[in-house]
Amino acid sequence: MPTKPAGTLYRGKIGMWSWVLHRITGVAIFFFLLVHTLDTALVRVSPEAYNAVINTYKTPIIGLAELGLVAAILFHGLNGIRVILIDFWRKGAKYQNVMFWIVIAIALAIFAVFTPRHLSHVFG
Amino acid sequence: MVTIETPRSPRSRKHAKWEKWGWLYMRYSGVLLLGLIFGHLFINLYSGEGIKAIDFAFVAGKWADPFWQVYDVTMLWLALIHGTNGMRTIVNDYAERETVRVRLNYTLWIVCGALIILGTLVCFTFDPCIDQAMRETLGPAVCKG
Repeated sequence: MPTKPAGTLYRGKIGMWSWVLHRITGVAIFFFLLVHTLDTALVRVSPEAYNAVINTYKTPIIGLAELGLVAAILFHGLNGIRVILIDFWRKGAKYQNVMFWIVIAIALAIFAVFTPRHLSHVFG
Repeated sequence: MVTIETPRSPRSRKHAKWEKWGWLYMRYSGVLLLGLIFGHLFINLYSGEGIKAIDFAFVAGKWADPFWQVYDVTMLWLALIHGTNGMRTIVNDYAERETVRVRLNYTLWIVCGALIILGTLVCFTFDPCIDQAMRETLGPAVCKG
């Protein structure tokens, strides 16, 4: 009789979901990086072309999307440090769970400082 | 008779060694990128007027200083290679057909190389004098002709 795979420390828990989130945020940041390299390249074409494109970054919808981008970067960067600690720190695997919540706490703290200021720039 | 290669055996010693360098690169570049990108966001998106202040003159002001040119180009190389290698990992995980996998990976590295060359050239050949207002501000000493 085939039985359900036994639960592991990894499957279905923080370890797995942080890995999923790391992938999703990584892909999102990658595609933004492609766009951002191209939009910045417009400074070599003409000031008008660059300003026209960069002005779309100041619109309400893209301004809100930038909050998502910053959130993704905060999580991906800080969780990356957690991954490095799991790999290289002797006690990394033992504390991976609490390190995840530290990552979330630091990311939220920076996000809470950034968000009102960014919104005041976009909507102000 | 069907022969199956030993499970969990590395494809080749050379391949495994190459993978190890990629694995290490993700960690070293990751630490550097954390500092570079947080700095980039702090200066460009948080300080002063944030996104509202970004225009051609802002870029010209920054790239007048070689420090920011080197900063931005370093960030560009590290980030594009980091991102492309991450995408390669994902392609290797999910692409089931070998030809699809190989073609996707080729495409990723071609795009990565093209954007690295483009971005590096844009940053180091940047000319503020293509803007009329900048010509008047900088004067004939900087903007000849």
